[in-house]
Amino acid sequence: MEMKVIRAGMLTTVQDLGRRGHLAEGVPNGGAADRFALRVANLLVGNAEDAPALEITLTGPELEFAQAVWVAVCGARFEEMPAWRPLRVESGGRLKFGRRVLGCRAYLAVSGGIDVDAVLGGRGTFLAAGLGGFQGRALREGDFVRLLPSTLQPTGHWSIDERVLPSYSREPTVRVVPGAHGAEFGAGLYSGRFGVTPNSDRMGIRLDGPRLERSARGDLISAAVAPGTVQVPPDGHPIVLMADAQTLGGYPRVAHAVSVDMPLLAQLAPGDGVRFIGSSVAEAHALAHAQEHRLALLRQGLAGKFKPA
Amino acid sequence: MKVEPLGDSAVVATLGPAADAATLASVRGLAEAMVAARGRGIVDVVPAYATVTAFYDPLQFAESTEDALALVCRFIEACASVTTGTGPAAAARVAEIPVCYGGDFGPDLEQVAGHCGLGAGEVVALHSGADYLVHAVGFTPGFPYLGGLPKALSTPRRETPRPRVAAGSVGIGGSQTGVYPVASPGGWQIIGRTPVALFRPDGHPAALLRPGDRVRFRAISAAEFDAWK
Repeated sequence: MEMKVIRAGMLTTVQDLGRRGHLAEGVPNGGAADRFALRVANLLVGNAEDAPALEITLTGPELEFAQAVWVAVCGARFEEMPAWRPLRVESGGRLKFGRRVLGCRAYLAVSGGIDVDAVLGGRGTFLAAGLGGFQGRALREGDFVRLLPSTLQPTGHWSIDERVLPSYSREPTVRVVPGAHGAEFGAGLYSGRFGVTPNSDRMGIRLDGPRLERSARGDLISAAVAPGTVQVPPDGHPIVLMADAQTLGGYPRVAHAVSVDMPLLAQLAPGDGVRFIGSSVAEAHALAHAQEHRLALLRQGLAGKFKPA
Repeated sequence: MKVEPLGDSAVVATLGPAADAATLASVRGLAEAMVAARGRGIVDVVPAYATVTAFYDPLQFAESTEDALALVCRFIEACASVTTGTGPAAAARVAEIPVCYGGDFGPDLEQVAGHCGLGAGEVVALHSGADYLVHAVGFTPGFPYLGGLPKALSTPRRETPRPRVAAGSVGIGGSQTGVYPVASPGGWQIIGRTPVALFRPDGHPAALLRPGDRVRFRAISAAEFDAWK
């Protein structure tokens, strides 16, 4: 069982829900930038939620399947690719994405999952160290990616209720909790629109827009940072750290995006914009629990919609 | 000790205003106590310079009856009260790292020597004659930030970072020194290279060095470098 990469797309990597327990060694958790989309894509084809899938960035790949499979594409929308529902690809069939319509990263789950080894407890690709995923790198034309046999297949025609999805947008408002140095920047982060620059990647989203002025002076001692941390380098243009961010940072931390809004950030493409609004840790936790409830309902609803493959 | 949230899934404990020896020792002690205590919901512990950060999974706490943030803060405070004054439980490990200085492996050795008003040989003797302490591991997987660089060797970073620094490169950045475990962009002055792998994804642990370890460098020849395996 395998799929052949006819065209790779701009940046297509194998990702899962990341690795844990290695931050003190300098290894980020990594995994899908939009964890929600990866989890749902897997659920739609009967996989475990954390099964490795493809993370497709800005331009879609073209893939050929030697045998019939079920797939699901979630996250970014592409012209020729129905999203958030299972799709059948016949034996010898090719999957094309077409032009990108909305979002930055699409997740392609294949029934059974992608067959890659775990490295440091994760199957996702960490590009900076060349580890995990498919040979530690992005897919290239001509690659053959092994697939695991599927045990379940979807029945009937259906798609999920889009009301369970995050409010994906080209101009989202992202909730943040204050950072240790938030007060040193006044209300700057909350007072305008920030644009997403092309110099953004899985490590961080670099923003331009209003410059954030720090009232305090002096260098900080490097300390742990996390995906969602909004740090402000001396040029005043904030950077939102993403899944592959370095584990330590020495820039002031003005705020941190709440976990449930990370998918909104993961789907921002260059030219899109973002605004920030204040939240609290307690609200962030309540939002995380509420999202898990919605996913639990989705799992329940899907339970009767599969039969043995 | 100051304890405050780092976003919605981590809490950072700050143990001192600077990374002095006493603070480093208490950072290491607290991190070890937190790892050993295996607190509920705690998924990772990151010591660095003057802080220890606990990462937690909010979903492992009951939604309506438990305050996850308060429970994690209390866990950290409990670990700190156990370790206060006792210092780290394990003796510091000492790692010796062989380094071939200068030449193609250390393209900035002459520049460092010039900046410091020393001969290249003196730079090597000073760098390989000092005791270092791992203050933190990060930047890239396994990258050790080492304290203890002789003041005479302090050299500013390069004005323009290199797009690619080879794995094993030994560099000086300001008053710190370190080793690049994997090839990456980098702005430090590169004075040599070690044949030792500081990061092996299949190793247990993957990173050779951890915060609190002591490090010494030993100068080796190009022939010894080539023969190393």
